Amino acid sequence: MTKLAALAFLTAIGTAASADMQIADIRAFETAPTAMAGGGFMQITNTGTTDDRLVAVEADFPRVELHSHDFDSEGIARMIHLEDGIAVPAGETVTLEPGGLHVMFMGLRGSPLVAGETVDATLIFEEAGPVPVTFDIVKRDMQHGHGHSEGHNH
Amino acid sequence: MKSVIFGTTTLAVAAGLGIYVWQAQNATAHPCGDTAVAGGAIGGPFELISETGETVTDADVITKPTLIYFGYTFCPDVCPLDTMRNAQAAYMLEDQGLDIGTVFISVDPPRDTVEVVRDFTDNFHEDMIGLTGTPEQVKAASQAYKTYYRAQEGDPEFYLVDHSTQTYLVFPETGFATFFRRDNSPEQVAETTACFIDQLA
Repeated sequence: MTKLAALAFLTAIGTAASADMQIADIRAFETAPTAMAGGGFMQITNTGTTDDRLVAVEADFPRVELHSHDFDSEGIARMIHLEDGIAVPAGETVTLEPGGLHVMFMGLRGSPLVAGETVDATLIFEEAGPVPVTFDIVKRDMQHGHGHSEGHNH
Repeated sequence: MKSVIFGTTTLAVAAGLGIYVWQAQNATAHPCGDTAVAGGAIGGPFELISETGETVTDADVITKPTLIYFGYTFCPDVCPLDTMRNAQAAYMLEDQGLDIGTVFISVDPPRDTVEVVRDFTDNFHEDMIGLTGTPEQVKAASQAYKTYYRAQEGDPEFYLVDHSTQTYLVFPETGFATFFRRDNSPEQVAETTACFIDQLA
């Protein structure tokens, strides 16, 4: 908790920055108690002049991968493990968002993602190097792909 | 010249009438929107394991208009989004006084135990039913609904599953009514479902 407090003090939760990388909207969705995987999302802006690549995300889970989806005309979803990472060209913003690119935290094994808590992680860029980030764990009914937020307290 | 113009006008009127008639016929066939397809071929009997561990059939599960989705819980993005959308549609219909069921059928029985599908579905809607089964039971249910799934190669704990993402609207008496694509909004699902309920009531 001391570490979390220190992080909160140094950077506003939900954002992080290195010399050339600005990371915003860093969030993960809460999961069911027995869930084995959770998704992480964020917006990465390369403010530098060198093309870069997010090659890995490190966090305290048995496995963390970068994924994208492919949907064919039959509506079949294929999740794809991006072994070469995600390109972040100079001057551009890449968005990891629901239904598209995401970080997959795998092997939760009884430690679900709980809304209000956070996940500390390190983004590894080919050029910019390691960038520490904190994922805010949020409820799904607050933010989801269809742009509606009327809550139901059932 | 005059007769040519007259002829063209007649042709245009005739063509217009043709389109009108075609649309009217089409509207009769699909009064609830363009996601409807010919029924009969999709759906049918299944036997699966409920989130309380009992063996259940389609007759036990589909007791009211029901949205059925096939997915897996080791799927942090697509399945929760689609399942969430269906739950939202159910809440919207509930606000209109319409009671529908929502069902999630796992296509990953080795990992999706009774407890896992129960927790997963309760996270979206307290009445959502999570179903799993033996690999044979799941395969039979998937084939009845013409869905596709295939586990990718990989670690036994971390493998991914390719799968269809349609949601099916089915009724207890008449079976399959229509399906929704994953880009249909909660409003569209609710509206079309309400239309079918109105039609079939």
